[in-house]
Amino acid sequence: MFKKSLLAGVALSAMLSGAALAEGLSGDKVVIGVLTDLSGVYADVAGKGSIVAVEMAVADYGGKVLGKPIEVITADHQNKADIAVNIAREWIDTKGADALVDLVTSSVGLGVQGVGGEKGVVTINSGAATVRLTQKECTATSFHWIYDTYSLAHVTTPSVVADGGDSWFIITADYAFGHSLEADAKTVLGELGAKVVGSVRHPFPSADLSSFLLQAQSSGAKVVALANAGQDTINSVKQAAEFGIVAGGQKLVALLAFLSDIHSIGLELGQGLLVTTGFYWDLDDETRGFSKKFFDKFGKMPTMVQAADYSATLHYLKAIEAAGTDDGKVVAAKMKELPVKDAVIHEGKIAANGRVVHDMYLMEVKKPSESTGEWDLYKLVKTVPGAQAFQDPAKSGCALAQ
Amino acid sequence: MFELLGIPPQALFGQLLLGLINGSFYALLSLGLAVIFGMLNVINFAHGALYMVGAFVAWYLMQYLGIGYWGALILTPVVVGALGLVIEKTMLRHLYKLDHLYGLLLTFGLALILEGGFKYQYGVSGQSYPVPAALSGGTNLGFMFLPFYRGWVVALSIVVCIATWYAIEKTRLGSYLRAATENPKLVQAFGINVPVMITMTYGAGVALAGLAGVMAAPIYSVNPLMGSNLIIVVFAVVVIGGMGSIFGAVASGYLLGLMEGLTKVFLPEASNIVVFLIMVVVLLLRPAGLFGRER
Repeated sequence: MFKKSLLAGVALSAMLSGAALAEGLSGDKVVIGVLTDLSGVYADVAGKGSIVAVEMAVADYGGKVLGKPIEVITADHQNKADIAVNIAREWIDTKGADALVDLVTSSVGLGVQGVGGEKGVVTINSGAATVRLTQKECTATSFHWIYDTYSLAHVTTPSVVADGGDSWFIITADYAFGHSLEADAKTVLGELGAKVVGSVRHPFPSADLSSFLLQAQSSGAKVVALANAGQDTINSVKQAAEFGIVAGGQKLVALLAFLSDIHSIGLELGQGLLVTTGFYWDLDDETRGFSKKFFDKFGKMPTMVQAADYSATLHYLKAIEAAGTDDGKVVAAKMKELPVKDAVIHEGKIAANGRVVHDMYLMEVKKPSESTGEWDLYKLVKTVPGAQAFQDPAKSGCALAQ
Repeated sequence: MFELLGIPPQALFGQLLLGLINGSFYALLSLGLAVIFGMLNVINFAHGALYMVGAFVAWYLMQYLGIGYWGALILTPVVVGALGLVIEKTMLRHLYKLDHLYGLLLTFGLALILEGGFKYQYGVSGQSYPVPAALSGGTNLGFMFLPFYRGWVVALSIVVCIATWYAIEKTRLGSYLRAATENPKLVQAFGINVPVMITMTYGAGVALAGLAGVMAAPIYSVNPLMGSNLIIVVFAVVVIGGMGSIFGAVASGYLLGLMEGLTKVFLPEASNIVVFLIMVVVLLLRPAGLFGRER
């Protein structure tokens, strides 16, 4: 009890006068909270693998920062924003959490980021897609690591249009993420002069998407785009093959697909699909080295979300070392000063709105004959520089970037 | 060419056919539920999980024993049915004397355990199961492209539904079963082994779920959540058809598949609630369901 109120007192005074207390570590240790989906639809995209990635980063850093131990705590937020926000508050108030990472699912990400902003605790989102995290709702201590809906729309869409795909039909998951991805894609298509001949919104989640695919098929659009995620995307791709959409000459584009999704779909059905990603294990020696170690621990190759958790944790620890404190606001400022440089993101910088700007990759799913192993799934089509892939911070509407 | 509310007839026929295909799954699953409820008075909440287990068994057979779709179609219902026998013998049996609620709670718990176990082992992304070679491809019907496999699903489910209905309503064994539900003591007095019959009925009911799982594997990804996505709708189907009515379960399965198909054309966003809206209306007008009898 005494310890709890002491910690709460420390946290409170840290909030009131960040700068005055900005020496040393609160609670004599650094506590990193991994808040993720351990049981639901995003458990393969993030989940346990995210915890493994954060633990790897802590171990690779040496297990100590400023000579003090680093503690990793974890919880399942079940993709529910209210649960996530409660856990975040409890962690900050009673367990002395200094940073919250992963935060997959857009509603969770926005909710927890709000708490972090209010309490001056660093929140690093590597799982959620919505670009709103770095727009109006940005905070002084919030970060968005590996991708967002803006970059998904701005990497995949132009190259498909350039390839002759000038009429689109969009199949959208009927919730916040789908709407935001659809809107971003439509903006890009408008700018490029491509036509959107139709769109349809399906309930989330939907096991049977054939009816929406049939509408897309009969629309005569050259491109059928999927603005959904996870299981919905897997079923869409499977059923599109069944109904001969690709065989009939239409191009299928998954605006968001993770490595785990493609692994589940398989190359037979997935081949030729274009995917935008911020990380792929087989890019160079560094990514292969990190991924091999991850694979040995976890038995699966890392998704971009899991890889981002590794990169974010390392960067956070480096910033603490450089700042000499774990005070949220001071560390956040330091994180934005330092370049992001590790096995996952080789060259990145963090904009004032918390957006990590780095290269994005347009990938094509390999044909079965081109693949040499279970995880040999992508070939690189194009590297898109960060400045082109991500939104200009000055235009994001984030007050910190004005 | 005429148009109906701005929808060309080709699109409409296509959606109706798709509705019928989904209806086939509803019918197969609600049939099993209705058989179990009708004969055992147990609301089998584990039905969705056993459907998922069926899909996984098919995947195991392919992955580890090299047995393809056709073998799985025979073997999987046997395996899942055997699992059902074990569940009935070791657990459900002890609850018959108690309120229905206990059977529901037990099977609900089982469903959570099965789902949790598979989720722990395989994650949620799911495994890939190919369409059997003999049924790959499809044909252009003029108004839509019909994959052969989907056509097969409709045909097989109709055959299975009719066979089950016939076995229960028209055969001697079926008449024993129906009698045993009405008055088990009396039927037992005639020298018929009622407990064994009840066990076999539960096994057969869940075997139908296993069969539906195999049929679903090539269409949906084989994943631990596939059952829970479907089971709530299937319960609504059974309620609409009338609890315990075999014919009602089958007919309302196809009917609701069609209704859902239509909704996907006119108001796609509402397609996952239309079944429940119909359920509310039916319950208000006919509390025993469309084909049920008041008890």
